[in-house]
Amino acid sequence: MDTFLETYFPNVYDIQEEIVNSIWETLYMVSVTALIAGVLGILLGITLVVTEEDGILESRQVYNFLERAVNVFRSVPFIIMLALIAPITRLLVGTSIGTTAAIVPLVVGTVPFYSKQIQNALLEVDQGVIEAAEAMGSSPVEIIFRVYLKEGLPSIIRVSSVTIVNLIGLTTMAGAIGGGGLGNLAIARGYNRNQADVTLVSTAVILIIVFATQFIGNRLVKKTSH
Amino acid sequence: MIELKNIEVTFQNEENSVQAVKDVSLSVEKGDIYGIVGYSGAGKSTLVRTINLLQRPTAGEVFVNGKNLSVLTSDELRTERKKIGMIFQHFNLMRQRTVADNVAYPLYKSGLSKLEIANKVDELLKLVGLADKKEAYPSQLSGGQKQRVAIARALANDPEVLLCDEATSSLDPKTTASILDLLKDLNKKLALTIVIITHEMEVVKEICNKVAVMEDGEVVEQGDLVSIFTSPKEKLTQEFINTATHIDQAAEKVLNHPTLLNLTREDVLINITYVGESTSSPLIASLYARFGITTNILYGNVEILQNTPIGNLIVVLSGEESKREEAIAYLESNQVNVKTIKHNQNVISFNQEQIV
Repeated sequence: MDTFLETYFPNVYDIQEEIVNSIWETLYMVSVTALIAGVLGILLGITLVVTEEDGILESRQVYNFLERAVNVFRSVPFIIMLALIAPITRLLVGTSIGTTAAIVPLVVGTVPFYSKQIQNALLEVDQGVIEAAEAMGSSPVEIIFRVYLKEGLPSIIRVSSVTIVNLIGLTTMAGAIGGGGLGNLAIARGYNRNQADVTLVSTAVILIIVFATQFIGNRLVKKTSH
Repeated sequence: MIELKNIEVTFQNEENSVQAVKDVSLSVEKGDIYGIVGYSGAGKSTLVRTINLLQRPTAGEVFVNGKNLSVLTSDELRTERKKIGMIFQHFNLMRQRTVADNVAYPLYKSGLSKLEIANKVDELLKLVGLADKKEAYPSQLSGGQKQRVAIARALANDPEVLLCDEATSSLDPKTTASILDLLKDLNKKLALTIVIITHEMEVVKEICNKVAVMEDGEVVEQGDLVSIFTSPKEKLTQEFINTATHIDQAAEKVLNHPTLLNLTREDVLINITYVGESTSSPLIASLYARFGITTNILYGNVEILQNTPIGNLIVVLSGEESKREEAIAYLESNQVNVKTIKHNQNVISFNQEQIV
């Protein structure tokens, strides 16, 4: 194994520890962002669905405001977002550089996308079922928790898996603000120093993480849909 | 039990407003099975939704069980809604819940213990004949079974009223009949007041004791089933009745039959309707005995509405003109309605005048 690595992946062999570190950085950024953005995105997605026209808590002002905000944030390219919100990042985590600092722009970049996905997922819940729940005397809060989130669960899992894959893509740009991770490794080592084997390994690891996410997602969707 | 007073519903958007329900008042007594019939777009679904305020009327008041729903807070309204069951055309079951969980849904926070809820669910599923499907998911059920689950769910909080919005419209005729039987049964067993929205007069005929006919947002005619069926005042009502008795199709078929186009001067094609006890067979037999008129029955249909038989016959009377007239007068004197369809090649349009 060692000789194989030494022969075909000489640079990878030299920086094994750095590669392992990068994998952890990527996983750290993905999981912490997924957790925070997940909660925020679901809250925002639900708010969008219930305040929409003919929603159970219809409110034109709230819907229009959120919808526009989501749209604006979604339109800012992530690499610019990193720079744009650096002051806020500094305010929140004390620094605008490093893996933890990267989580702030990652959350800001993921929440609008995820909330839109959640909105679409919840809109798949049959409007007739919502009406039936209203007819049975369910309150809006009950309808959210006992109907939307329960009936929409398979779709929620599906869009979550899509969002995580999207998020993995975003983390590769975190290198630009010293966030580290596999993307940074591929650029800083593989590209800038012409170490193609490092790029190759980074790509392979990223693909494994992406496929694993999709696999788990699909299994859960299957398990939860009836 | 249910009292709608001058209900108006107007849907408004930027460009135009549509008046879906116009000044509708009706009252449903306890134990009624009240049918609201009309073509699609007549506003009947909108109207039934005002009963539990799923649709707030633009004007008018809704009383259910003596309570004015329109003035309740949303919390009070939710409490009242639990006492008004509702079923839908597309069943609206929750796909991610089992049959038992669907039925248990409305019992959340009802104050019952887990065990009591489980017992109640068993009882309800037994009532609708689906005790063995407890653990199934809706996707594993047929349409009729889904509607049974929906009925069980609607009855979970022991409502006194059940609203049915086109509940049988996506079911085949046999399943429709079995669901209607179940509803009839529940009406008797639980003294359940039922409001049925449908575009099928067959459904009304089968189960309702009262009926309102809707057109273009208005109730054009309402009353008890037998009198509506025997003496409809509006053309639309007559149309609906004809769809249920098939008399229109029968008349058309008879008229298209080549041998009938050659009625002699002695023959007349008539439509006979009778209600209740005046049964036709002895009358028809006596037509020959009394007047020498022979009667050839081409089509016959007897409906039993609310235990009242309503007969509809298409017959050819043959004999001398004066005798025929006497025979018809005799029939009419026996509370039988007679309408001439065809005489001497003259077709009298069936829909032009009503069967009085």
